Amino acid sequence: MSERPAIRTARSVEGSVAQQRGFAGRFSLARRLTLVGLVVLAAVPVLAYLAGNTFWLDIFTRLTILSIAAVSLNLILGFGGLVSFGHAAFLGLGAYAVGIPVHHSINGGFDAIASTNGLFHIALAVGVSAAYALVTGAISLRTRGVYFIMITMAFGQMVFYAAVSISAYGGDDGLTIYERSSLPFISLDNPLALFAWCYGSLLAALFVVHRIVNSRFGVVIRGAKGNEERIGALGFDAYRYRLLAYVISGVMCGYAGALLGNFTTFISPAMMDWTRSGELLFMVILGGAGAVAGPVVGASVFLLLEEVMSRFTIYWHLPFGILLIGCVLFVRGGISGLLGQPAGRRDD
Amino acid sequence: MDVGLFVVQFLNGLQLGILLFLLASGLTLTFGIMDFVNLAHGSFYMVGAFICASLTLATGSFIWGVVLAIPLITAVGFVTEWLVIRHLYRRDHLDHVLATFGLILVFDTSVQLIWGPAGIALPLPAWLNGQVTFPGGIVFPTFRLLIIATGLIIAAGLYILVNHTRLGMLIRAGASNRTMVGALGVDIKTLFSAVFALGAALAGIAGMLISPITEASIGMGNEIIITAFVVIIIGGIGSMKGAFLAALLVGLIDTLGRAFLDDLFKFVMTTNAAETAAPAVSAMLIYIMMAAILAVRPQGLFPPKVR
Repeated sequence: MSERPAIRTARSVEGSVAQQRGFAGRFSLARRLTLVGLVVLAAVPVLAYLAGNTFWLDIFTRLTILSIAAVSLNLILGFGGLVSFGHAAFLGLGAYAVGIPVHHSINGGFDAIASTNGLFHIALAVGVSAAYALVTGAISLRTRGVYFIMITMAFGQMVFYAAVSISAYGGDDGLTIYERSSLPFISLDNPLALFAWCYGSLLAALFVVHRIVNSRFGVVIRGAKGNEERIGALGFDAYRYRLLAYVISGVMCGYAGALLGNFTTFISPAMMDWTRSGELLFMVILGGAGAVAGPVVGASVFLLLEEVMSRFTIYWHLPFGILLIGCVLFVRGGISGLLGQPAGRRDD
Repeated sequence: MDVGLFVVQFLNGLQLGILLFLLASGLTLTFGIMDFVNLAHGSFYMVGAFICASLTLATGSFIWGVVLAIPLITAVGFVTEWLVIRHLYRRDHLDHVLATFGLILVFDTSVQLIWGPAGIALPLPAWLNGQVTFPGGIVFPTFRLLIIATGLIIAAGLYILVNHTRLGMLIRAGASNRTMVGALGVDIKTLFSAVFALGAALAGIAGMLISPITEASIGMGNEIIITAFVVIIIGGIGSMKGAFLAALLVGLIDTLGRAFLDDLFKFVMTTNAAETAAPAVSAMLIYIMMAAILAVRPQGLFPPKVR
């Protein structure tokens, strides 16, 4: 009985989404820019590499990996309105899910997980991230607003300190991954293949988030961001939907962590320090939360700024911080907002 | 378990709790009254320590260093509020978080520009550098006792300020309904500036007090600020009493956990397993406690009455 009105109203909510899509269709410039951007993202490093310059391939591989993390964060931040300040923990969990099995397969011990099989690594990264997201999400999502920000931050820091204190896996000094994940058909030791794998993953991530956001599930998530009570009155339990979104986001970010472990071949707790989570947040906001591809723009700008500024001065954090404050004070909706892409956060 | 060792660790935990309270009280004040989330609060802790270090080396006296550094760190807080913070009060929490994250970068790099990348160790005067012997042969550093005493005095001062002065009355009124306070003709802008500067000063004092033990170093605030967040989450954001009790609780649990958890674990598992598990679990102990408390009381132990 209670299902019927809920579904009917959901359809009318979807109607308004269709309207929004029409609105987005008018900005096909932004959509075309996204496509051009994605092509450039693939073309520049590959061409540079083929011309003998390995530097750009390195930067762009890191860029695609961090983009996946930022895209995953955007799913709950931009569309769900949940400010998670602990997403770097997922990156770390994913990377350790590669590092620890490889460590054991080389040094022995803990036979149950000792493996260099990449599919096992990915499964482990996804499983651990999902379990962690489920437990911390179940607790964090009971709270609102600032509490949520601080609690996700605290849980992230909990994982950080746990990694610091486990001396078997290097503790504070980190752990070198002596062998990359072995996958069928491709070798991640080849930088071009690694980039292709990461790039393909990014495209898949963008597609998945795009589909989720425009699904019935996504409509509920976005509706709960706008007005949780109304969504509740429609018969939806916002808590469950949010928890599932949080788990999906965490799993995607954990997967990005597994890629990051394979890319850096060195993992340390420093990669999940809370300031890393802050950088991920910044990437999402910089690119405009609310646009599916926004975080890719944000991550690109972030990494290129970092690369350029750190070449001029070791004190590049200073202009960077001022830029960040300036962005918040004077630009709303991020860079995508400047491009005229409709940002989801303006719907209130 | 050795009683003497327990007492020493208990006092260490108390000292950590006091430091956390000095940080958390400023956080909880700014949140309670301005509804403002300040990630950069730890930066005042760091900047306070560095200013105090410079002044101590210049004057040759730690006491003078602290006395002269307090007005300076208050001024830093005041200027920060004036330049950045006051433009953010009407924004949402996400903007607060991003802008103050930018502030952290600015503060960290500025400190590196001014004082260089290395930390500064602070010499203590001889009369503070010794140890006190309690009855029963328990020995404890004088300076850590001084931190505890100073913190308790400041806590008492804050209690009087909040509950028995005009400023405190405005602070309590602002915490329950800031619009109404403004409507009654109180100069909200000045009140906010004063409260923010007070919070900065308290954080700075905490940094000054700890720097002779740990030395003043870049990023020192970024580590402890998360623990301070845990404190105000447990205590209930906006509650002074909650911040005080939760700070002591977190300080004690953290210190005692690190000291004695492996002994407890040895009752239920092999020595080897206990020595591996205990450091990891004790590092997570306060977060587990936070999760447990939130599972029962999502708003913390002392949620503000009107929100």
